[in-house]
Order: sequence, then structure tokens, then C-alpha cells
Amino acid sequence: MSQHVDNIKPCYPLFRDDDYRKSLENKRVTVEESHSDQKIKETFEWTTSSEYQELNFQRTALTINPAKACQPLGSVLCALGFEKTLPYVHGSQGCVAYFRSYFNRHFKEPVACVSDSMTEDAAVFGGQKNMYDGLKNAKALYKPKMIAVSTTCMAEVIGDDLNAFIGNAKKEGHIEEDFPVPFAHTPSFVGSHTTGWDNMFEGTLRYFTINKMEDKEVGKNGKINLVPGFETYLGNYRVMHRMMKEMGVDYSILNDPSEVLDTPADGKYRMYSGGTTIEELEDAPNAIDTLLLQPWQLIKTRKYVKGTMKQPASNIAIPMGLEGTDEFLMKVSELTGKPISGSLEKERGRLLDMMTDSHAWLHGKRFALYGDADYVMGMTKFLLELGAEPTDVLCNHANKRWKKAMEAMLGESDYGKNTIVHTSKDLWHMRSLVFTNKPDFLIGNSYGKFIQRDTLAKGKEFEVPLIRIGFPIFDRHHLHRMTTLGYEGAMYILTTLVNSVLERLDDETREMGVTDYSYDLIR
Amino acid sequence: MALRQCAIYGKGGIGKSTTTQNLVAAMAEAGQKIMIVGCDPKADSTRLILHAKAQNTIMEMAADAGSVEDLELEDVLKTGYADIQCVESGGPEPGVGCAGRGVITAINFLEEEGAYDEGIDFVFYDVLGDVVCGGFAMPIRENKAQEIYIVVSGEMMAMYAANNIAKGIVKYANSGSVRLAGLICNSRNTDREDDLIIALAEKLGTQMIHFIPRDNVVQRAEIRRMTVIEYDPKASQADEYRVLAKKIVENKKFVIPTPITMDELEDLLMEFGILDEEDESIIGKTAEAC
Repeated sequence: MSQHVDNIKPCYPLFRDDDYRKSLENKRVTVEESHSDQKIKETFEWTTSSEYQELNFQRTALTINPAKACQPLGSVLCALGFEKTLPYVHGSQGCVAYFRSYFNRHFKEPVACVSDSMTEDAAVFGGQKNMYDGLKNAKALYKPKMIAVSTTCMAEVIGDDLNAFIGNAKKEGHIEEDFPVPFAHTPSFVGSHTTGWDNMFEGTLRYFTINKMEDKEVGKNGKINLVPGFETYLGNYRVMHRMMKEMGVDYSILNDPSEVLDTPADGKYRMYSGGTTIEELEDAPNAIDTLLLQPWQLIKTRKYVKGTMKQPASNIAIPMGLEGTDEFLMKVSELTGKPISGSLEKERGRLLDMMTDSHAWLHGKRFALYGDADYVMGMTKFLLELGAEPTDVLCNHANKRWKKAMEAMLGESDYGKNTIVHTSKDLWHMRSLVFTNKPDFLIGNSYGKFIQRDTLAKGKEFEVPLIRIGFPIFDRHHLHRMTTLGYEGAMYILTTLVNSVLERLDDETREMGVTDYSYDLIR
Repeated sequence: MALRQCAIYGKGGIGKSTTTQNLVAAMAEAGQKIMIVGCDPKADSTRLILHAKAQNTIMEMAADAGSVEDLELEDVLKTGYADIQCVESGGPEPGVGCAGRGVITAINFLEEEGAYDEGIDFVFYDVLGDVVCGGFAMPIRENKAQEIYIVVSGEMMAMYAANNIAKGIVKYANSGSVRLAGLICNSRNTDREDDLIIALAEKLGTQMIHFIPRDNVVQRAEIRRMTVIEYDPKASQADEYRVLAKKIVENKKFVIPTPITMDELEDLLMEFGILDEEDESIIGKTAEAC
């Protein structure tokens, strides 16, 4: 039963050893009061039926894995995208520990973020005192150029007023009057992580521009602003830089955490690295236009860009897949007068070549997918372009307008005729759909692996493998460095999809003398 | 005798704190061991007993000490007239923080520190007029106050508030042992006030436990930060509080209230001539149109 120093086993395979198996079985029989195997099997089978699905979709009182996170998680990611900026969450400490570990597990990077640790007396008297001490300490200890403040539920429930608290902290000298402290109210019980990102971004942009609009003029600096939204694929920041450079377009990515979330191991810890500068934010109203790369989640930002910055905030969809990227680049070209570069045209041609090369394997393959509104829309569009058939598309936090737009888009393609769009549904709903509609694959974040396990439990022929594209991805390494936007991103998605198809086919045909007539060397 | 915990509710400004303090003074005079727990951020529930402007509150001291855990019971408990134990929960200034959370924190603190353990006969919670959130319902949650007294007068809004409080009690009464124990009529000298409150009490399924007439001696005592019992023990008003005290000590009528609808309440007020018959033809008409 004990471990040997020369052969330390992790829980798997250790618990497969005879003594552990006996012990676990003994525990099950003597103390777990478990049902019979027969009963468990019956119940499990029932949860995979369409009868159960019907009940499941009538569910009103419970959410089982919502496929979204809370607002301040988004605001923290947003804060990390500004130069030398410390994310500061006004409220309880545990929330911040959660945000940090969530990002740690996805990016495999340390994430600097502070809390002002409101306790019982702060809950009663309000957290102004915490804000005073917190701002002062955080600035002294971590020497940021900017502190971006958002809130947890606790501060929101008691109605703490960030504008007043930060103003008072400055007036009373706890922090210098000219030290930038943009802020956003981000109640966790409203919206999702994408709402929080939008709120924090809008709050920051507003902070640096609202009182300095007199000398601003749309188009004066000749730039295009890009707003990424809640974006966790670091390659997507990099591909935007590359595409803009290749087109010779002057641009600002108004939020870019790709450096601080991907620091090198050279013996030096970087609490801050890269990020959009204050100067770029201040200069944003002088740009030709501000393009929102994930428009469905950037509601407040769009309003500010149009209403205050007087820019058109031209309508684009997420630049994902072939057409999505085409439209985006054409819009940039139209706005700046710069032609789409030869290099990008060539890249597009390569993508098209890849799509035709893999077409035979992807045509008619059925995919269920879930995630954030814009990503899910872009991914669905690309699946249609590939001739794949989305079966069920699920986004918990999207609204009715999004659903209608999705249905309109699906209606235009022969491959989208049978697709069903679900909003305000969770991964337990998705589990039912995966059992009853039997897609070939499920596309989503790491949480989808439990659906794959459950489908396998029903039988190998029912297994629906998970393809990991989304956020968070905790159980595979380095996928966060990949690219999902632009032609480059489409290439990555296509490669991932087609190889998942081929791997699955190998899995199924590897049985010697049974299916290996199709276990081909060349696919 | 087992500890009895009572909470006093009622519309803001109805005289809850004054009535409570005079009542407990009368009870203490008769030999009962009493504690008052003020559950109002204004912290004015104990001033007549302590002859003080306002007592240091639990939340105030917790904020100074750093946390509630750093407080000792003797820091927050003051002894006043006739050995009445006084404590105020306290809370934030108007417009910030969460007063309801302050009440919860303070009462939890008192329980954990065993404030009720030592020879106390009665605890009285004097609660902010409007039960605006869960915090102000803290005193009537399980294992706390089981007897609720509502201070009321013959004015429409006071009765309206009393009915609403009864609704609140029902929510907790169905799952716990909290009961409505009676209405205390603090007279405003309106017409047929006693009959009206008796009628309201009947509708709510309870009793008007006592009718306290209006008497300026209460105000004279208040100016001196005293109860009538202490300031002028021979005054007839003092006897009224003594009667109320006796009735509460002997009270056995604890009910789950039967709150009435707005229509029923209006009917009652019309019956007593407080509200005129509704004239539907004038609704929504401006002065000009008439």
C-alpha cells in the first residue's frame, strides 16, 4: 500500500494496484451506501435518453456548469492588457484568488492582481477605508503606472460607489491626484466575464478621454483602433499586429495582454510587460475608426465609441474563418485606403488550399459547440464554410438578438438547416443534446471532457470526442498561445478539426483483423 | 424562568424606542432582568436608560478594533437604570455600507459571546421601523425573538406598516417559532383610536395588548434622557407602562398573524371614518379638469 521512493506513482496508476482496488471496493460496500450496479446503470442510461432531455430542458431552478464566468474575471483580463497596470478588485479576497488561479491554470503564468480584502466591518460601513489603504499600498508595493479597479458581489450588494471612493482617496491624499485609477462596476451576479471585460474597457477608455475631447478629431492620427474583447488566444493579438503591419496600416490594439501572459523564463520576473500605453488610449478618439473584434460582447464600448468618440464603430463580425477575415480586412482597407497586402492574399490562398485538401474529411461531419457569443458565431460560420454541419450551438450568456442573427446565418447555408441554437442553457443541457443528437465531435473548453467521459460510458460507439477550442483550457498545454483569428487562425482551427477526425478514424480502425482494412497509412 | 426574547417593530417615528425603554424600565422596576438590543444604525434605543446621548455601538467598536473578533462582551454592554443591560448594534452613516449586515453581525456577536446566558429574563430588540431587508429580520429568525410586539397608532400609515410587518412575521412563523404577541397602541389622539386598533388586532388574529394614552410627561422625561418610570414614578403615565409591563409578562396569546389585504384595510379605515368612500370619477383628473 505504501509508496516506494524509487517508484513514486501518482493516483493513477497507483489506485489500480490490487491493495487499493480492494480498499476502494471495501469502502464502497461497507460505508458508501451505494445503490446496486444495476440501479446505477439504469439511472445513467435514463439520463442519456430523449425522455430525460425533455425534463432537462424544463429545468428552471438550477444551472449545472454555465459555460461562462463572472464579470470581474473579465475585468481582470482587461486590466492586464494595459501597460504597467495592476488589476485591483474592490471586495472580497477569495474572489481574487479565484481569478488568479483561473488564469494561472489556463495561461500557466503568474497573474498579478490585488484585492482590498473587505471584511465584516467593511461590509457594514462600506469599503471606502479599504480603498484608501488598498490604493496606497498597492501603488507603493507594486509600482504600477495605473491601477484598474473593478468590484466583487460584496461591494456591489452594499452599493459601494467607486467614483466617489476613488475621488475621495485622491482628495484626501491617499494617492496622487494625477495617478490613473480607471474603474468599472462589475457585479458578478449580472452578465458574464465578457460583460466585465466590456465594462472595464469602456471605463478605462472613458477615464482617459472623456475630459479631453475638445482637441480630438476623428481621423486625425490616421490610425485604426482594434478592440479585442475577452480574448484568451495570445496568437490572436499577434496575428492582428502582423496583419496590420503587412498592410502598412497605422493601428493601435487598445488592449493587449499577450506579453504579460507569455513571459520568457530568463531568470527575471516581470510583473508587467507590454500592453497598451496610456498615450495610445488618449489618442484613440483621433483614429479613423475603432473596430470591435467581438462586437456581441462590446455593447458599452460601442456606445462610447459612437456616442462620445463620434467614430462609426463600423459593423464587422469576429474575423474568424475565411469570410470573416475577408470582411475584416476589406473593412480595414476601405477605412484606411490601404490595399490588402500581397502576403495576406497569398495566405488566404493557402488557407483555401488547405480547406480543399481536407474537404473530403470534414464534409458532412457533425459538430456540437459551445462558448462565448462571438467565438461561437465565428466558429459556426467557419464550420459552414468547411462543409461541416453544426448540430447544436450553445451560448449561455447571449441574448435573443444574437440567437436571431445566428439563425439567419445558419439559414443561408445548406449545412446549417438542421442546426439548433441554444441560449441561457448550460453544459448539462449540452450533455443531453450530445447523447440524443450524436454529433461526431464536441467543440469547447476543458469542461467538455466530462461529457466525453459520459458518452464513452454508454459505449465506445457513443463516444463524442472533445476538441479543445475555447476558454478555459486547463488540461492541455500551450493551446492558449495558438491563433484562432485571421487566415492563420482558420488554418489552426482547420488543422485541429481535421486531425481530430483522422485520429478518431484511426482509433476506430486500429483493431487488428477486424477494422484495420481501413487503418490507412495515407489519409 | 426561561429567557424570553421579544422584538418591537412599527412604523418609523411611531415611538418604538420610547415605548420600549419605558416598558423595560417598568419591567425592571418589578424585578425582571432585562437586556435591550438596539437594532438601528441611529443607535438611540438605550439613551433613556443610560442617560447618554448615544451609546458606543458594536459595529463602531469593531471597526476601531479591526474586527468583531477583537471585541469583548464587556466593551459593548452597558448597564443603566435598574440594572438594565444595554447594547446597540450600530451601523453605517446614511448612504453607505449595509445597515442590515450590521444588525446580523452584532446579533451573531452577542450570541457567540453568550450575552444572553447570565440570568437574563427578557431580551428586547428595538428594530428600525421598516423591515427593508433580511438584516432587519434578523431578530425574528430562528432561535431569537419569539414574541413580536408592533407599536401602532390610529393613523393610516402606521396601521399599513403594522399589516406589512405581520406579513413579514408570517414568512418566518411558518417555518419557526416566532409569533405575533400583540399590538401596542401608542395614542396619537385620533378619533375612536382604541376601537380601531382593537378591530385591526382582531383582523390580524391578535390582541391590542395595551392602549397607552398620550401624555406630555413622556416628553418631559425624554428631555432629561430618562424614562417616565425613573423621572416621575408617581405619574399616571408611569402606571400605564407598568400595566403594559404586567400584561407582557403574563401574555400567553402568541399567534401566527393573518395579515389583511389593502382593500380590507381600507374598508376598516372607512368604517371608522378615517378614509372617505373612494370616488372613482376623480381619479387621474387634474385641478383644471375639475
